[in-house]
Amino acid sequence: MLEIKNLHVKLEEEDKAILNGVDLTVEAGKVHAIMGPNGSGKSTLSYVLSGRDGYEVTDGSAEMDGKDLLELEPEERAAAGLFLAFQYPVEIPGVGNMTFLRTAVNAQRKARGEEEISAADFLKLIREKAKTLKIDADMLKRPVNVGFSGGEKKRNEILQMAILEPKMCILDETDSGLDVDAMKLVAEGVNALRDAGRAFLVITHYQRLLDHIQPDVVHILAGGRIVKTGGPELALEVENNGYADILSEVA
Amino acid sequence: MALPQQKQDATEARIAAIAKPAGGVWLTEARNAALSRLRAMGLPHARDEYWKYTRPATLVQPDVPPAAVFELYESAVFHEIDRLQIVFVDGVFDPDASDDLAMAGVEIEPLAQAGAADIHWARELYGVLEANGQSPVERPLAALNTAFAENGVLIRVTGRAEKPVNLSYVQKTENLDVTIHNVVKVEEGADLTLLENGPAASRLNKVLEVEVADGAAFHHVRTQGRAHERRAATHMFARLGKESTFKSFTLTVNGALTRNEAVVEMTGDDAVAHVAGAALGDGATGDFHHDDTVFVTHDAVNCESRQVFKKVLRNGAVGVFQGKILVKDGAQKTDGYQISQSLLLDDDSQFYAKPELEIYADDVACSHGSTSGAIDDEGLFYLRSRGVPKDIATDLMVVAFVAEAIDEIEDEAIAADILGRLEGWLERRRG
Repeated sequence: MLEIKNLHVKLEEEDKAILNGVDLTVEAGKVHAIMGPNGSGKSTLSYVLSGRDGYEVTDGSAEMDGKDLLELEPEERAAAGLFLAFQYPVEIPGVGNMTFLRTAVNAQRKARGEEEISAADFLKLIREKAKTLKIDADMLKRPVNVGFSGGEKKRNEILQMAILEPKMCILDETDSGLDVDAMKLVAEGVNALRDAGRAFLVITHYQRLLDHIQPDVVHILAGGRIVKTGGPELALEVENNGYADILSEVA
Repeated sequence: MALPQQKQDATEARIAAIAKPAGGVWLTEARNAALSRLRAMGLPHARDEYWKYTRPATLVQPDVPPAAVFELYESAVFHEIDRLQIVFVDGVFDPDASDDLAMAGVEIEPLAQAGAADIHWARELYGVLEANGQSPVERPLAALNTAFAENGVLIRVTGRAEKPVNLSYVQKTENLDVTIHNVVKVEEGADLTLLENGPAASRLNKVLEVEVADGAAFHHVRTQGRAHERRAATHMFARLGKESTFKSFTLTVNGALTRNEAVVEMTGDDAVAHVAGAALGDGATGDFHHDDTVFVTHDAVNCESRQVFKKVLRNGAVGVFQGKILVKDGAQKTDGYQISQSLLLDDDSQFYAKPELEIYADDVACSHGSTSGAIDDEGLFYLRSRGVPKDIATDLMVVAFVAEAIDEIEDEAIAADILGRLEGWLERRRG
């Protein structure tokens, strides 16, 4: 599904290398987790994959289903099935959540040569998905993320994911700022989307999210490289011993 | 003080180019008085302080600058609103295209007809509010209008109008100069919504004088026509009585040169005045220069005024805002608010803002703000990351930006119509 080879990335504005040769393959139907200390390049990886400005790829490649992601515009990546759940979802005053979602769904459909969804079908779809995520009608009417609590913003991200039905979902620190109940709700939303044709890359600082979203593979990112890969037990190791042990071990 | 020769010459050249209209006693008197005012002031010149950001030459020159007729390919705005429509074709009232002017609680007369009489109720307002609005700042193009206008409507509202009155200005002839002068008198406790749309002319000089009596309400929503080459100088003079409401919103897209002046005087206690506007200009489709000049005077106690102006500018479009709140001595408990903002979609576009507060009362709350900024990159990326193409994402944010001004329209159906127009226009422009 997702194949990253020797990816080197630096910040455009300052000559600062963030990723120094990331190699990562995520297969369809799998959940991969990336853990790592602060500043290891976790968020940069998610932004580069989704096409945010400000990063320069100096070497390597990133492909999704054999398609070169790096040469696509952000909206083309989305239409191809990539989705990033933001660590800090952006507030967009004046743009209604419903309008935004319907525009996004139809833009993606159009890009894929599919029919646009009717207003009635869309309403039905969004009501059903919103209900399971405990998102009320008022939240749907409000401007995108404006005045939402941290938990509401993250639930709104998962709602978008459920509506857009991407193939490759990247969750960037989705657990940050969530209490246990909110995290459970979000994890349930994610688990409901687990499917043989869909892959997840869960980026997190802490192991606790992985109690709720069980990963198949866990990677440790440090210094802009994947330094260790293992099964779910690797996350527990981090939880118990911190990153220092692993880092000294691979140094 | 004698006028500079150059200004005097320019003014006389313009006057000489216009035929002096015929009319009854009241209107002739009003026109003559306006002509005297005009001669004393002279038409605006680029060196005038009030015209620092907008070049008046093409509005002043005797010959109309050439401009093609813009073919509107969609149905006109407000057509879904239940309204009484009055149509002007090339600046002349067209009774055949218009609805029956009879409506309960509202008297409507074309100026051309009412002006032939020797006496008329409108004489207490026609040119009177305009003359009143010439101080402390001169507005000579409005005096020019009063002196020479032959067309327009005189509306007297005695009750609650059952539906809005819609003045539609259709243009069929290119290179056309039009002068329109409308007077609205909303009597005590009465209520009217006035809609205006259409380009009217290649060069339009329009004046609207409105008296809103005690406890009366006047709502005004207009669109200025999408013709790229049109030029317009419009003035709105409003006088507000006690506990009255005045709310005006203008949507402008395209237009080589537009100067919209609003002069509002609050003379009765507890009145409310909102003046708002959204202007969108794209220099790629022709010159775009849009100037909102607003002057709100608080001359009574406990009045509220709001000015909300938004401009979206790209490809070298220019926006201007000159807004003033004058709080006179004794106008205590004034609540004055003013915001002017521009969204600059590139480095070529420009926004000039001159917000002013002048306050002579000591117990008031007045605030003003002005910002200019680019589109929010974070928001744009967020929308794009969900599959919304960049141009659509930009337009979503453009609509969001002007929404605050559109929100000033109280009637939901009319606000929805305006928003729909704007979205449709943006969508077609994307192609």
